[in-house]
Amino acid sequence: MRAGNFKGTGALARFVFRQQRFKILVWLAGLIGITLLVAAAYPSIYKDEHSKQAAFFTMENPAMVAMLGPGYEMEDYVQSVGAMFANEMLLFTVMAVAAMNILLVGRATRGDEEDGRIEMIRALSVGRLSHASAVLIVMVSANLVLAILTAAGLAVLGIEGIGLEGAALYGALLGASGLLFAAVTALFAQLAETSRGTAMFSFLFLIIAYLVRAIGDVSSDSLSWISPLGWVVRTEVFAANNWWPVLLLAAAAVLSGLAAFYLHAARDLGSGFIAPRRGKMHASPFLQTPFGLAFRLQRTNTVVWTIILFALSSSFGAILGDLESYFADNELMQAFVEADSAYTLTEQFITLLMAIMSVISLIPTVMVVLKLKSEETKNLTENFYSRAVSRNYVLGSYCLLSVLVSLTMQTAVAFGLWSVGGAVMDEGLSFTTTFSSAYVYLPAMWVVIGLAAALLGAAPKLTSLVWLYIIYCFVVVYLKDLLRFPEWMNQLSAFEHVPQIPVDEMNFVMLAVLTGGAILFLVVGFIGYNKRDLAG
Amino acid sequence: MSILKIENLTKKFGSFTALDGVDMEVNEGEVYGFIGPNGAGKSTTIRILLGMLKATQGEAEIFGKDAWSHAVDIHKRVAYVPGDVNLWPNLTGGEVIDLFMKMNGNANHEKREQLIKKFDFDPTKKSRTYSKGNRQKVALIAAFASDADLYILDEPTSGLDPLMEKVFQECVLDAKAAGKSVLLSSHILSEVEKLCDRVGIIRQGKMVETGTLEELRHLTRTHLTVQTKQPLTALNELKGIHNLEEKGSEFTFQVDTEEMDAVIRYISRFGILKLESAPPTLEDLFMRHYQSEERAGTGAEGIR
Repeated sequence: MRAGNFKGTGALARFVFRQQRFKILVWLAGLIGITLLVAAAYPSIYKDEHSKQAAFFTMENPAMVAMLGPGYEMEDYVQSVGAMFANEMLLFTVMAVAAMNILLVGRATRGDEEDGRIEMIRALSVGRLSHASAVLIVMVSANLVLAILTAAGLAVLGIEGIGLEGAALYGALLGASGLLFAAVTALFAQLAETSRGTAMFSFLFLIIAYLVRAIGDVSSDSLSWISPLGWVVRTEVFAANNWWPVLLLAAAAVLSGLAAFYLHAARDLGSGFIAPRRGKMHASPFLQTPFGLAFRLQRTNTVVWTIILFALSSSFGAILGDLESYFADNELMQAFVEADSAYTLTEQFITLLMAIMSVISLIPTVMVVLKLKSEETKNLTENFYSRAVSRNYVLGSYCLLSVLVSLTMQTAVAFGLWSVGGAVMDEGLSFTTTFSSAYVYLPAMWVVIGLAAALLGAAPKLTSLVWLYIIYCFVVVYLKDLLRFPEWMNQLSAFEHVPQIPVDEMNFVMLAVLTGGAILFLVVGFIGYNKRDLAG
Repeated sequence: MSILKIENLTKKFGSFTALDGVDMEVNEGEVYGFIGPNGAGKSTTIRILLGMLKATQGEAEIFGKDAWSHAVDIHKRVAYVPGDVNLWPNLTGGEVIDLFMKMNGNANHEKREQLIKKFDFDPTKKSRTYSKGNRQKVALIAAFASDADLYILDEPTSGLDPLMEKVFQECVLDAKAAGKSVLLSSHILSEVEKLCDRVGIIRQGKMVETGTLEELRHLTRTHLTVQTKQPLTALNELKGIHNLEEKGSEFTFQVDTEEMDAVIRYISRFGILKLESAPPTLEDLFMRHYQSEERAGTGAEGIR
């Protein structure tokens, strides 16, 4: 790598930052804001020793270990509310940081290259690696700011049990894992030829890292060592404060970064190391319709998400066996749960799992509707509307496809949990209960499809607000007890109106009301879409 | 019979007026050239004709039907080629052509193969690998392989090489010979001169000139190059002389068509050794509209 390879890096770094600053700001504000809000809420939740011990037993159970990583020792929880906070929040925050880095780096590297912007920059008197290193400089800075602000914020909150060293380690963990995922994405940007491929490989890496860690944390400790997320949850932050995983993450980031630079310097602009195949001469009859085309454009995405959701829910299903035996062995735990409700731990676990999985299923579902918006931005809908194709047909195709995807995703979730969970449990899971506990969320998901369509039709500039709503739904599902929102704020989430099978009774009236709401939104969307100007 | 008719068409985007009372008419079997500088409103006009934008005011009709409310019906007999063809990166060119033809519902597969050969196009590659010219070929092949009555072509040749541009011109002339109508928006004025029966020039959202090429030529100037026996004097004092240049004993200048007679009479008194005249080109006419900043939006006028 010659020095000339990096000419103009400084100016380009400012340029990249200028393009990405808004996104970076929103991500950082969201990540730091939620972290501090939740941390501030902890002392009021776990006031006495008894509640902390109860939390210890919850964290001890294999389902929780699989979801959140290994728990701490009992005395850690009693001594420090920070240990509890880290146990519940660290892993998911790290995954959110990883998502931020994957999206930002994918966009700024392969995304810009695919759209031909890098070509224009390369034509200037600028080094071969300057743009890539500019992107990395911006990402290093963003992750550094994230680490410092999180650490400083946690320290300043002055919560008992969240000490300076722990706060610094927590911040450093977020920053270092962010860097690792930035570097890994940069590496995949060299291998794949498209920005979609880059994001797909990178998210796949994240999910595999999560699953390997989940299986490892439950069954074999050495397996978790393969996964960077396994390192993250072995820091015992706010207790033993092990710093070595931060170094390990940083070292892995440097190695991946160097590999990315090496490959970047060696390859042609616009090419990847995974070569494309030769294509078809003719379109199949199915492809020759807007519906077929919409399906074709979403096919890979849908298949990948089906596999992801199946894998996630079956890995939770795999824990159900352990959960039962753990539950049977533990008298204290039994008393704790028995006193609480008439339902088994497994059943309660299933309701929480289904709520979370349904929000995740929304991601591929809503992506289908939003695809139509991005097609318009890219001047691709022009290809429909300059021909004999009506707006209703196109929007209808995308909405129908979206509904089908929601059905597919929930089926994958239910099937994963039922098949694997049933295999490991003594009694097995009821087929009807499992599937209805997943399908019961469909009407709520359709409300969000309707919302996306309504925005697309009536307020196209605000379409991406639907993601905010999904995040909101997730926050309500996951953190409502913690953050203690007022009831009306919880009610804003469509998911809060869904009967939680098997704990709640089936409520067909509510499902009909939700479906009606979805239809209402869709009508608004179709009317708006027929009336408005199309960008292209 | 008029195939396409626009009357007093106005389009506003917020407070910005993109089109301001545009009129246009394309008749059956006619090739209509639609020219104007970038941002003048050509693509906005075409988007309204395609029913993608809704007119703020005025009428836009194709085949006697409203372009907005009967878009789907109209498009069964319309073929459109945009200047900037955007394709789905993971579909092959062949797949996209089939898809486009199917959407219009009147596919001619034999013609598809002929055109693929004529345009020397490889339909098996993924669209992301195509250059601008190749993407344009996809749209052109799909358009000319469909059996349309009106072709709307928005700068369709901006990425084609001269050889392919010739193929394109043949396609347009074939369509015309078959009695089809064509609306051709273009920056390549030689192409417009060669293909079009009538021309409309749009500038800042207004039509500033319309008419046949012959009619427009009357409004413009002729290039003259002269050499005389005796020194030619006081030429710049004559009415209707522009861009006068002197090169030794040779003078080149432009003359307003209606002053031609007076100018020739004047020059002949000096004894003509050499007289070359070049016909007015569309480019001259066009340049005058592009450059006349100070007369922005005052409408059609021929003589300065």
